[in-house]
Amino acid sequence: MRLKRWFKAALHRRVAADTIQPETGIGRCGTTGWSEGAATGMNKRYSIFSLARNAFSRHENWQEAWRSPTPKPRYDAVIIGGGGHGLATAYYLAKQHGMTNIAVLERGWLGGGNTGRNTTIVRSNYLWDESAALYEQAMKLWEGLSRELNYNVMFSQRGVLNLAHNLHDLREIQRRVNANRLNGIDGEVLDAQQVKDFCPAIDLRAGGRYPVLGASLQRRGGTARHDAVAWGYARAADALGVDIIQECPVQGIRVADGKVQGVETARGYIETNKLGIVVAGHSSLLAEMAGFRLPVQSVPLQALVSEPVKPAINCVVMSGAVHAYISQSDKGELVIGAGVDKYVGYGQRGSQPVTEETVAAICEMFPIFRRMRMMRQWGGIVDVCPDASPIISKTPVEGIYINCGWGTGGFKATPGSGWAFAHTVARNEPHPLNAPFTLDRYRTGYLIDEHGAAAVAH
Amino acid sequence: MLLIDCPHCGPRSETEFSYGGEAHIARPLDPAALSDAEWADYVFLRDNPKGLIRERWMHAHGCRRWFNVARDTVTYEILTVYPMGAEPPDLPERRYP
Repeated sequence: MRLKRWFKAALHRRVAADTIQPETGIGRCGTTGWSEGAATGMNKRYSIFSLARNAFSRHENWQEAWRSPTPKPRYDAVIIGGGGHGLATAYYLAKQHGMTNIAVLERGWLGGGNTGRNTTIVRSNYLWDESAALYEQAMKLWEGLSRELNYNVMFSQRGVLNLAHNLHDLREIQRRVNANRLNGIDGEVLDAQQVKDFCPAIDLRAGGRYPVLGASLQRRGGTARHDAVAWGYARAADALGVDIIQECPVQGIRVADGKVQGVETARGYIETNKLGIVVAGHSSLLAEMAGFRLPVQSVPLQALVSEPVKPAINCVVMSGAVHAYISQSDKGELVIGAGVDKYVGYGQRGSQPVTEETVAAICEMFPIFRRMRMMRQWGGIVDVCPDASPIISKTPVEGIYINCGWGTGGFKATPGSGWAFAHTVARNEPHPLNAPFTLDRYRTGYLIDEHGAAAVAH
Repeated sequence: MLLIDCPHCGPRSETEFSYGGEAHIARPLDPAALSDAEWADYVFLRDNPKGLIRERWMHAHGCRRWFNVARDTVTYEILTVYPMGAEPPDLPERRYP
């Protein structure tokens, strides 16, 4: 078992040369990096045997992970957005609901948006029952995902700490952990010494500017390799017959008599009467094409990584109060997440003062990182809802479904989001898990207010 | 980082300002007469353009006065700054795909 895991890890290290590199790494690895000389008729399943077989041909004959088909004139369903959420939706549509004549349209390359730009944190310790159920469903899917997809998504349950810097934080954490446990989600409250024991890199000596009084710990939380999630879902969906079409921006949506007819794309018109929109920061633009509005605002959320170093930090540490998140990638880089810009923007960079505040907070809590050099910094455009909870819902246009508003925390939900959205698209009605996350809740007032409740301050 | 030209204090860094979101939204004169949907529109729906936006800013760490800004949300170029209550200036629309 251990040997098999080692081989799988070795395989993925070879394939995935770059762990966190939003600008260049993704397209290369996903589409061409290991698809040269695609052999037909080979067993598509990855296993120790396929690894050994390919070793004899110097790994030059690995089959394509997915096809690059020409769009058909008509599909039973079209998903706009080839990020993790869109690809997961397509996978579960094919797997759970038997819809295989479907397409995923991606304007750029797979996982090149927020999927490749986030800080890869997975947790389900949300305060409210509705969120807890949804994120916990995602967590359960995460726990079996590599096996389910036959693709190593490097899910690592290394534990997520949410720090308390004052008495109020501590009480909020106690309340949230109690709520989590009532919902069957693991959670513990740690005091300062237990935090130090769990994460020795943190500095508690003098109290500092951000003294740590305690933390909540979700041991099942951790990280996953974000690119692998997109590629794994893409490969598994493709194997079930889903057409994944990259470099195919949607330019218009045809609606007649309140029903969707199809989409205009850079690669021609595609007819469909089920259209799922999963495009994060660009949701407002797509909704506008279809003739309705969304209560979301698009802002850049930024992250940065350091030069790679030996293992220094063994878990994920998050501080909502100072808006700084840190973990270490398998490659050794410190992965640091910051907060959002305070104003609407579509630039995938983020504002410099936000970077500065975050790095200052990290240096305060982890003085050992003060001389680390940062290698890359980037932003992803997140769509934030007024209540900081997502919308997975039908829309005013019949046949159009929207999955948006994940704001700063969409990655952790990827499997659950796709799972619930696939149900909504296939059955034309929400699953009980996503029924509360409707677009209509802003009219009815049934908000799921996770601002400040969801373990981080949004 | 934005360099915002406060009409009262001159150009200052964005860190001195707080953001007020979309400009030119008038509070309904008779809220009780609105349907739930209309009220939700007023409370929650905001323009989210990829291009020209007209928005409010307040010089929180300066004169503490509100004013309007017309800005490009992709290039982050500030096109003009104008006072509260003024008609939105006539600027060519900017939309990006």
